[in-house]
Amino acid sequence: MFPTQFGYHRPESVQEAVKLLQENPDAKVLAGGHSLLPAMKLRLAMPEALIDLHAISALRGVTANGAITIGAMTTYNQLAESPELRAISMIGEAARLVGDAQVQVRGTLGGSLAHSDPAADYTAIMLAIGAQLKAVGPNGERSIDIEDFFVDLFTTSLADDEILTEIVVSPPGGSVGTAYEKQRHPASGYAVAGVAAVIELDGETCRGARIAVTGATTKATRASAAEEALIGQPLDEKTIQRAADVAGQGLELNGDAFASEEYRRHLVGVLTKRAVSRAREDARG
Amino acid sequence: MAQAVAGPQTMVIEVNVNGKSYRSEVEPRLLLVHYLRDHLGLTGTHVGCDTSQCGACVVDLNGETVKSCTVLAVQADGAQVTTIEGMMQDGQLHPIQEGFWAKHGLQCGFCTPGMIMSSAALLRRNPDPSEEEIEHALEGNLCRCTGYHNIVRSVQHAARLMAENR
Repeated sequence: MFPTQFGYHRPESVQEAVKLLQENPDAKVLAGGHSLLPAMKLRLAMPEALIDLHAISALRGVTANGAITIGAMTTYNQLAESPELRAISMIGEAARLVGDAQVQVRGTLGGSLAHSDPAADYTAIMLAIGAQLKAVGPNGERSIDIEDFFVDLFTTSLADDEILTEIVVSPPGGSVGTAYEKQRHPASGYAVAGVAAVIELDGETCRGARIAVTGATTKATRASAAEEALIGQPLDEKTIQRAADVAGQGLELNGDAFASEEYRRHLVGVLTKRAVSRAREDARG
Repeated sequence: MAQAVAGPQTMVIEVNVNGKSYRSEVEPRLLLVHYLRDHLGLTGTHVGCDTSQCGACVVDLNGETVKSCTVLAVQADGAQVTTIEGMMQDGQLHPIQEGFWAKHGLQCGFCTPGMIMSSAALLRRNPDPSEEEIEHALEGNLCRCTGYHNIVRSVQHAARLMAENR
């Protein structure tokens, strides 16, 4: 299998890449390529041009300066190995749950978010963390709150001529813990369902909770019923079970040949329980 | 930097494969695996699933293992590539090749080149991996003869050989 013909561009700056996007309206941006190239081989995507971001070194790497800035072309491997990201444990941990060793070498955080695959992992992780995204277009840079980023299946609020450049996350305080739990599809490694949890403790009381679901929904979505069941409550087993029981409420869950809607609802509950429990341990430090 | 020649449909790339430099005119849509097999005649790298799952096409690209069915040949412009053909040195099998031979790590052999390239990356990073670490590192390599048990033993054997050679 091989893709249809296309023109190939390898710009060395974001500005050059944006200009190429304007000149080639049917172009696609190539990051790690592990979603786009398979889709092109299956002729599900037939872009007239590819704009490969690999030569833009400014888009790679993690820097901490108060907030932590992750370049959009930072690979899963780099996320796993970044000392700056250890403060938010689920970011590095989840990198080893994506695909396999070869996907982790090529796949990028920005590529995953911009692709917004319903079964991606980092969509839910970044939604739970409350990341701020930076995008550059013809009119310069703008910030996008991740709450406003995922629009639908494979659809984000990025404009056609914009490039996602940075993902900015704030390091949480001492009593905040994070965890991501997923049910891997046994063949593809994608999330049949995944739950990311960020928990803030005040003693043993849950002061803040952000829970995000992927895999089971058409786009990464907050599980507000679970969050409400946790906030202000003593974070004991009973509270966590209650949050798990309501986690699927208010969510439109998918059913397909791999997993029924009912089974995914069950998974969202089980994974919420596991993620919140581990985030609680993480918060206790 | 790849440069366009004779219209937008082909580009000239320079790639070093197994220590030998090549200059080739290719279409942007040419996959690295097809470049290696069809243009350079290096057929040790296999096309298995063709959907980035099976790992039969794994090669080393600038020190990292990649599935060459999911990388464009133009993306390898200026890169160093090592394939299974580049593993043997001075007529001697690489210790990993020796490990697969000694421990019966292959049956039909189709997945073996990819298994060996992924194992090489693992042993560079972690010279003494546990069974679990080997299994995790080879997650992206499928063996349809299901000979996984001996594959793990082969990698362990190779790790011992490499430790003795150091």
